[in-house]
Amino acid sequence: MKLTVSHIAKTYEGRAILKDCSYAFDRNSTYVLMGKNGSGKSTFLRICALLENPDGGTVDYRENDALLQPDMSLRRRITLVLPRIGVFNTTVSRNVAFPLQVRGLSHADIEARVNKTLAFVGLDRKKGQQARTLSSGETQRLGMARALVLDPEILFLDEPTASIDEENTRIIESIIKDMRKEGRAMVIMTTHDNAQAERIADRVLVLDHGFFQPDKTT
Amino acid sequence: MQTSAMLPEFRPASVRALITIMNSLIQGFVQALDLILHLDPVLFGIILLSLKVSGCALLIATAFGLPAGALLGLKRFPGRDLAISSTNTLMGLPPVVVGLFVYLLLSRKGPLGFMGLLYSPSAMIIAQTILAIPIVTALCHSAIVNVDPIIRQAARTLGATPRQVTITIIKEARYGILSSIIAAFGRVMAEVGAILIVGGNIAGYTRVMTTTIALETDKGNFELALALGIILLAISFSINAILHAVQKKGTVPVS
Repeated sequence: MKLTVSHIAKTYEGRAILKDCSYAFDRNSTYVLMGKNGSGKSTFLRICALLENPDGGTVDYRENDALLQPDMSLRRRITLVLPRIGVFNTTVSRNVAFPLQVRGLSHADIEARVNKTLAFVGLDRKKGQQARTLSSGETQRLGMARALVLDPEILFLDEPTASIDEENTRIIESIIKDMRKEGRAMVIMTTHDNAQAERIADRVLVLDHGFFQPDKTT
Repeated sequence: MQTSAMLPEFRPASVRALITIMNSLIQGFVQALDLILHLDPVLFGIILLSLKVSGCALLIATAFGLPAGALLGLKRFPGRDLAISSTNTLMGLPPVVVGLFVYLLLSRKGPLGFMGLLYSPSAMIIAQTILAIPIVTALCHSAIVNVDPIIRQAARTLGATPRQVTITIIKEARYGILSSIIAAFGRVMAEVGAILIVGGNIAGYTRVMTTTIALETDKGNFELALALGIILLAISFSINAILHAVQKKGTVPVS
């Protein structure tokens, strides 16, 4: 699946956040989106993830060059991890089971995938724990697990390591790198951390005054 | 210093009166315990009717209040703010006013007089339901709007349909919703004004705990009033203990 955005514009309360953003995201790469606070990175991600409509421009998902309709079935092949995770008031494993439950998967199927994913992010020993008692780093990993359990084709991460310690940052980065290596999903993420961008990005995009800066490749 | 040295016969009249009252209270208390421990049929008939009337009222109030509270909490529609303010105001509805209103409604000349419900347990259930609905609705609404908005977004990003998002939010509010029902139960159990007016406090038919306490206190029969008072307090205490436990379970500390 490919994602092409063309001429995206978005205005909030009279302020033009995004003016004209175009880019073609190809499969099996990790894209890192950078820019100052308020430069529209999160808005851009939300628009790409079909959670918000742009004021102008188009977001096209294509499969073998056929345009996909932006409906529920497409929305379920992509997912966005918010900077604040929004933990459901229940156990860790039920949190991770949620996206599978809303898709109506069988009980056995859900359990197998939840266990596999929790092991992948290193939370398997906490599966029965009340999710709101996790540390902030573990919560971030829970957010990753809740997205990864879906096997999304495109994973959007909005500041996945902004509020957590070095060790958990390393764990999250290695999860992203593993996904890249296994060709599991295309990752499009935002960060403030230049060094982090260097470590994991195939491509870095810089948003400034509503436009993408000329392409920088690492 | 001088007071403590005084002999009993020199105690002023007010102190003597107080001692008399204390004695009759203690006597009443002992007799009350006797009634409770010997499972007095009149006493337990009254308790049972109380639970029945308030329980039915609560069931009906929940059936209306929960959907109404959920609607106010989840949907945006014209007049919503007015509806919320009205519900909050109705929470503090004076029971005697509700009693009067239901009385006029059910009295022989009233619009529903033909049903012959006045001075019956049904009339009491109607009055308590009217008292309980705004409580369930308002507290259920506040439980739902207090769910962190990030939950809605998280559910959406994880592929939930709008309907599933709604269910998720209601599930998140479950402890608050349960609290609203328990709070309403506490209110109607302890209520006396409305049911006294529409029930008439008829022995063996519409006499419940609170109305009996009011009547027996008037007559100076403290033992039955006290026995019921103790039980009412015990029920109130249990309700609040459960409410506290529910709320505690709902607010998991963030480490």
